[in-house]
Amino acid sequence: MIREFLRSRIAAGALAMLALIVLVALFAPWLAPQNPYDLAQLDLLDARLPPGATSAAHFTYFLGTDGQGRDMLSAIFYGLRVSLTVGVASGLIALALGGLLGVFAAYAGGRAEQLLMRVVDIQLGFPAILVALILIAVLGKGVDKIIIALVCVQWAYYARTARSAAVVERNKEYVDAARSLGFSHLRIVLRHLLPNAMPPLIVVGTVQVAHAIALEATLSFLGLGLPTTEPSLGLLIANGYEYLLSGRYWISVYPGLALLATILSINLVGDQLRDQFNPRLAR
Amino acid sequence: MPAFILRRLAQTLLVLLVTSALVFGGLYLVGNPVEILVNPAADEIEKARAAAALGLDRPVLEQYWIFLKGAASGDLGRSFVFGRPALEVILERMPATLELAFLAMVMSVGIGIPLGLYAGLYPDRFSSKAIMAGSILGFSLPTFWVGLLLIMLFAVQLGWLPSTGRGPTEEVLGIQISILNIAGLRYALLPSLNLALFKLSLIIRLTRAQVREQVLLDYIRFARAKGLPRARVIGVHLLKNIMIPLVTVIGLELGSVIAFAIVTESIFAWPGMGKLVIDSMFQLDRPVVVAYLLVVVLMFTLINLAVDILYAALDPRVRLDGSRA
Repeated sequence: MIREFLRSRIAAGALAMLALIVLVALFAPWLAPQNPYDLAQLDLLDARLPPGATSAAHFTYFLGTDGQGRDMLSAIFYGLRVSLTVGVASGLIALALGGLLGVFAAYAGGRAEQLLMRVVDIQLGFPAILVALILIAVLGKGVDKIIIALVCVQWAYYARTARSAAVVERNKEYVDAARSLGFSHLRIVLRHLLPNAMPPLIVVGTVQVAHAIALEATLSFLGLGLPTTEPSLGLLIANGYEYLLSGRYWISVYPGLALLATILSINLVGDQLRDQFNPRLAR
Repeated sequence: MPAFILRRLAQTLLVLLVTSALVFGGLYLVGNPVEILVNPAADEIEKARAAAALGLDRPVLEQYWIFLKGAASGDLGRSFVFGRPALEVILERMPATLELAFLAMVMSVGIGIPLGLYAGLYPDRFSSKAIMAGSILGFSLPTFWVGLLLIMLFAVQLGWLPSTGRGPTEEVLGIQISILNIAGLRYALLPSLNLALFKLSLIIRLTRAQVREQVLLDYIRFARAKGLPRARVIGVHLLKNIMIPLVTVIGLELGSVIAFAIVTESIFAWPGMGKLVIDSMFQLDRPVVVAYLLVVVLMFTLINLAVDILYAALDPRVRLDGSRA
């Protein structure tokens, strides 16, 4: 399976890029030339330097500096960390919550299943940005708040996927066998149904993490997401907005490229996973 | 069918009620609008007077009850900031948002379907692969960032188009519309292109997938075997059949374009209702935020309903029995 994945050169390249991005995000404090949020390391005289400029202290700003003299390369490393944390954390929580609800609904059937799917249908009838906006308006700013909002936005996708996968599984013989062995409902759902519903959930998951990262960046750009103390890529782009009109493109453009690289590589990996898990496509 | 529509409307009412309660309660907890509205130098007595004038001195449940009573008769409260009925403020901004959404949809359908058709008919050509690669890129590009790049390129560097704001408007049937004259269209071009990009990618991919599925079916082979000209097979037989799923998606995407206009309007300072709601959120102008969300949720449900009915009309195999909502 891994070999098959790597046979597609685009997917392999995307996976390599994604791995690099994750490593950079994980080790940002050690890789970044500067701690962009330690005010003692910032020099206002170095503000708005173009990419490649060198400071008086012979420090080279490869991607230039922002309005406060912050090294953009370091800011992007730290920003990636925040963006990925929010995207992955909300994705995992939503996967667990939505996946479990979906599988339980399929197993229980009847009223409970109908009710849950009705709620899912209603929510999916509204665009994610609108739901997220309502929630952020209600919850306020903060990393925890935005993760809650993103989980609320995403769980329905997972619930729908898990349910449709589990509905197919619930009538199979191995489930009947488990039932006749007298296993508890909980055990059947967790040990038998859930693992078999996992492949489609993983595919939805990759796409959803990319969505979550984009959505968080959008909300932060609008000033509704993360507080300025924890700048994600979206907030970095927003900060560069005012300088863009005067031709200082680098403050907004480079964080945007980092965001694009992240979302693109996740989407490409997700595309390949979807094709591999899809039995209808001849390979 | 009538039972289906009735059930749908009842469901809409429930969603509206939940949304209003959630937002009303949430914004009540977030902060006190009086602190923002009143002159910072104002003393406690002045603040209390302002709160009383806005009805903010009462318990939140009572405020919500008053709001619900008003809402039942079409009155969604007065904006704290504008001092006018919130619904009026929103409806005033609605044409600007709708014309942007309309233009974006025209662009994405007008460009997306031909490109998707081409990529689906000739999947192995290099140009088709380039189109598909472009659509993946369009999918992954964060909309707001693309908006900034568009401003940078076309407004700052090249100076071809205005960067922000809305152009001169013309009055049509009492509504101010800006895209009917060239000057106004120039202003609308960048924001609607920005808004269209994501939908364009979606429509390209969808059209291509549909075409590739349909060209293998017997009816196409039969039409060809009959000796019909290729243009007629593609333009009539094929196009008709790929339209069914496309209409559904296009209908649903119209709603999401209206919601996503929030972002585009904020970037391009386009005076539509999306920008209004973002500004109102920062000013804790609760009546406007609640009214906006209710209006948009209502628009959404109506669009979804229309799409479902249209779907049943286009495809006789679909029955509306109310079991699926």
